[in-house]
Amino acid sequence: MKNRSLVSINDFSRDEILQVLDLAEEFESNPNQKLLEGKVVGSLFFEPSTRTRLSFETAINRLGGRVVGFSDSASSSATKGESLKDTIQMVSRYADLIVMRHPLEGSARYASEQSLVPIINAGDGANQHPTQTMLDMYSIRKTQGTLDDLNIFLVGDLKYGRTVHSLLMALTNFNPTFHFVSPEELRMPREYKLFLEEHGIPYYEHGELSEIIDDADIIYMTRVQKERFSDPMEYERVKNAYVLKRSMLEDSKENMRVLHPLPRVNEIHTDVDASPKAYYFDQARNGVFTRMALISLVMGLK
Amino acid sequence: MAQHKELKVSAIENGTVIDHIPSENLFKVITILGLDKISTQITFGANLDSKKQGRKAIIKVSEVFFQDYEINKISLVAPHARLNVIKDFEVVEKSDVTIPDTIVGIVKCFNPKCVTNNEAVTTHFKVINKKDVALRCHYCEKITTQDELRFEAS
Repeated sequence: MKNRSLVSINDFSRDEILQVLDLAEEFESNPNQKLLEGKVVGSLFFEPSTRTRLSFETAINRLGGRVVGFSDSASSSATKGESLKDTIQMVSRYADLIVMRHPLEGSARYASEQSLVPIINAGDGANQHPTQTMLDMYSIRKTQGTLDDLNIFLVGDLKYGRTVHSLLMALTNFNPTFHFVSPEELRMPREYKLFLEEHGIPYYEHGELSEIIDDADIIYMTRVQKERFSDPMEYERVKNAYVLKRSMLEDSKENMRVLHPLPRVNEIHTDVDASPKAYYFDQARNGVFTRMALISLVMGLK
Repeated sequence: MAQHKELKVSAIENGTVIDHIPSENLFKVITILGLDKISTQITFGANLDSKKQGRKAIIKVSEVFFQDYEINKISLVAPHARLNVIKDFEVVEKSDVTIPDTIVGIVKCFNPKCVTNNEAVTTHFKVINKKDVALRCHYCEKITTQDELRFEAS
């Protein structure tokens, strides 16, 4: 992975995913390693993202590196009409690595072609967010002890959910069984189901959260947004059907964990937070270690 | 007197004949191949009867010979086009247009939020299905299908 940009989860092989997770584990037990000493990382967030940006900047700081950049396109030369190409040409001559979030899909791939240094995609529109998927995989492996043969429940907006699509693709390497729980209008798109069929991975679709979740090893919650519905009445009808409450977890498996890419609005009731099965905040923390691992591998430091 | 269909569009001495172009796409083919900018003789005909099906168009370009990768650019608008290479008024080679595995330029990405539609980036697609044309954008990873095909202005 040295000197290679990280743009899409599909760029990673099964072995490379495991390599990242193993290294992240090492960083979790020993977080302050000054591998990036003397290096400067460009943190270019053309659209705001507190969690991802702070997570990356923490990772860079723990590695002893320094950060330059911007957190909003309004504070960059994009306001003067500078093209993405020119911005990348310039910053890649200042920094040793670029972490980039941009609203346009394909922007990270394009940036990686223009840049003199590696690019790590921190989110390109509704397309990819590979570092999120890595931290999701890390969280799953950490809580389940393995990635293999798990019952994975994906809940909420499966049509537009970037994190859900990405997680599905990555997990396909590990022989899962998928259960999709979503409103009719936000079902998992055909192309992903076709992908699973081609790889012989079983999946089941459900219209609501019911006792079916008792079989889950992982419940991955996502937010159902009003704006995604063509009929606002339909949203009102279904909005509460995808809210996870503590009572629903009574008969769930001991090893089951609830994950959420955050921010959480109301789809996980606050009464779940006190449950030992609520893992979403630790999931976010794992982002720092996973990102440390990705940066180290891309920079050839480990 | 027997009528030769060839007489509708006169024969050339040396060059390339592109036959079986769907009539409505004649000018797209001319643009894609840059034939509107060359200096040698071109003749073309549209709405001609076709034995295969419907109405066809035909282009005859003098003194120009195409490489495979050049001619395959027209495969999206003329998937059944047939090339005849002419030397001394004789057909010396025939070939069929094939859809290549990647397409650079020519086609727009159907996703309005793709970087190619917002910055000066040449489009780049992987052809994932040749029968029912489906192109995956190298940048935004979304698929543009046959009916969504729109061509870049040249």
